[in-house]
Amino acid sequence: MLMRDTTAQDLALARATERRQSRSRWLAHAVLALGVLVFAFPIWVTIVGSSHDASTIGRGDMPLWFGGEAVANYVSAWVSGGTARRTTGGLPAWLMLWNSLNMAVLIAVGKIAISLLSAYAVVFFSFPGRMVCFWLIFITLMLPVEVRIIPTFEVMVNLQLTNTMTGLVVPLIASATATLLFRQFFLTIPDEYVEAAKIDGAGPLRFFKDVVLPLSVTNIAALFVILFIYGWNQYLWPLLIVTDKDLTTVVVGITKMIGNGDAQNEWNIIMATSVLALLPPVAVVIFMQRWFVKGLTETEK
Amino acid sequence: MATLTLSGIRKSFGATQVLHGIDLDVADGEMIVVVGASGCGKSTLLRIVAGLETPTAGSVLIDGRDVTRLEPADRDIAMVFQNYALYPHMSVFDNMAYGLRIRGMPTAEIRKRVADAAEMLEIAQLLDRKPRQLSGGQRQRVAMGRAVVREPKLFLFDEPLSNLDAKLRVQMRAEIRRLQKRLGVTSLFVTHDQVEAMTLGDRLVVMHQGRAAQVAAPMEVWGTPADTYVAGFIGSPAMNFLSAALSDGGRAASLKAGPTLPFADGPRAAADGTPLTIGIRPEHVEHRPEAADAIPLSVDLVEPLGSETVIHGHLPGGESLVARLPLAAGAIGDVLPVGLPPAEWHVFGTEGSRLPARQGVAAAASR
Ligand SMILES: Nc1ncnc2c1ncn2[C@@H]1O[C@H](COP(=O)(O)OP(=O)(O)O)[C@@H](O)[C@H]1O
Ligand SMILES: [Mg+2]
Repeated sequence: MLMRDTTAQDLALARATERRQSRSRWLAHAVLALGVLVFAFPIWVTIVGSSHDASTIGRGDMPLWFGGEAVANYVSAWVSGGTARRTTGGLPAWLMLWNSLNMAVLIAVGKIAISLLSAYAVVFFSFPGRMVCFWLIFITLMLPVEVRIIPTFEVMVNLQLTNTMTGLVVPLIASATATLLFRQFFLTIPDEYVEAAKIDGAGPLRFFKDVVLPLSVTNIAALFVILFIYGWNQYLWPLLIVTDKDLTTVVVGITKMIGNGDAQNEWNIIMATSVLALLPPVAVVIFMQRWFVKGLTETEK
Repeated sequence: MATLTLSGIRKSFGATQVLHGIDLDVADGEMIVVVGASGCGKSTLLRIVAGLETPTAGSVLIDGRDVTRLEPADRDIAMVFQNYALYPHMSVFDNMAYGLRIRGMPTAEIRKRVADAAEMLEIAQLLDRKPRQLSGGQRQRVAMGRAVVREPKLFLFDEPLSNLDAKLRVQMRAEIRRLQKRLGVTSLFVTHDQVEAMTLGDRLVVMHQGRAAQVAAPMEVWGTPADTYVAGFIGSPAMNFLSAALSDGGRAASLKAGPTLPFADGPRAAADGTPLTIGIRPEHVEHRPEAADAIPLSVDLVEPLGSETVIHGHLPGGESLVARLPLAAGAIGDVLPVGLPPAEWHVFGTEGSRLPARQGVAAAASR
């Protein structure tokens, strides 16, 4: 009898908790759905817009469902950057995407390579001025490109690196974020590995290649995703350093397609190009997602 | 196979001196166990031999060659770490082969060596696994295997068993001993566990605060400890220490606990009244119900262990005494009559170092 009572009570309690939980879960989902809507709506409008002809959007309509011009728009954007050559400068999307891809990959790879090596030096070697080096690297964190943009531009002009991929990429590579992350990770590598490697006869570079790099793979992948997107989205620096059309990146290129003098904006082409510009970062995220999550959450012992 | 000679090894980290001049001669094929409390500098000593630390002063000779300034890789040694330090991303095979590959050994030879070592250590079926897929005991074996394949002049072990559970520890202890004897490789084994030390070593180095308090065979360390530190460190339960004063012209000790008893091995060369410490192991304390000269031991705690009973109590004068008695004798609050046979005494002088009987006089007394 007594037992039956307690079970009944327990049940009631459990049900109440469940109800409360399901209510809060419902609320959470509603908030999430709202968030998704807010984020997704502009993208939806862009995708839909890229499937209409120029005049539909030009009239001020904002269609919410697909039109029939998708193939024509994308082909036009890809091959020639639209019909009105005056407005876009006639830059085909493939060229801008290629430039962006080059820039983003070079920035990501360059940053990772430099910061791996500098973090390795700072963590595993004791040399005079080690901490000074570390702090110098650290300080660059407080000086992103935007802050030092004028002197950097001056340096690039003096080196005659304007309108080159080098000039575009190198100043963006030099920063400390990734160095700091790798330093933190390297500090978790037990000293015993270093010592075991010393006894095994592995020199510093060999230890780096055979032990440190393989242990850092997930971190490198995670950073690659972040840095690729960082590079892809660069706007101000490419706008300044590149005036040559052949080196225009897609983010800069799209803004140049808008509001250019007296000609009509070809919104359908602009939107198609925007959609194309979205794809590589999305692809990188999807492709690297597994590694990415692993790199952020898992610390292998 | 090789000899190892350490002479005058000192080491300071900044202002703190950790090693105060260690001298040691290790014979070919010998297993030396360095034992001492945590923080006494055992690992530092081992790492100096390995070349992972540079001594502040002194030199390390392997096979007569001065290696003090050489890199670890050039010393022809192998080391087993406490947490094994297996490279987590490499298979067992690769872990064992890594050092050999770096030396540029031909692949066939590497395969053969790893296979032989794996068979000897019974890890042949684990060669493809990653370290994280192994149990503690298996990792331990792989770490051993990595040392064995090198066929080094010297094995260095830094508390390799302390991460294992008690049963496995005993098993691996025996196995390390067997392996070391079989391969005949000169070895230095660091541990804080006195049982490990006693069972493994041909000789022990008992370290205390950066000094070698005693270097001797295990039974000698147990039988004639050089000072009160060694006496108290080796043996379980630990040796009892009773204060006393020299009396009767150096022929007897008058215990603070009461009686004055003559030394069994002859007189000491010191003035009467010199303070002494008399050490006696718990297993040598006797239960003497009938004896008139027995000392009353007030029982504070009784630990029955089956075959014997460990009694914790105190003597008149307040000094505590632990006795290992063969039978269940006494209960808390009882007063047991015990004897402290002088034949089993360890006599220590004021500085805590062993005060031996005067030479010649003992012989004269026994004549
Ligand atoms: N790299 C180091 N820097 C400073 N002090 C150290 C260093 N390595 C060891 N010590 C100190 O030296 C002493 C002995 O250390 P260690 O040899 O590891 O002792 P054990 O192995 O006997 O426990 C300890 O007090 C420790 O703090
Ligand atoms: Mg240690």
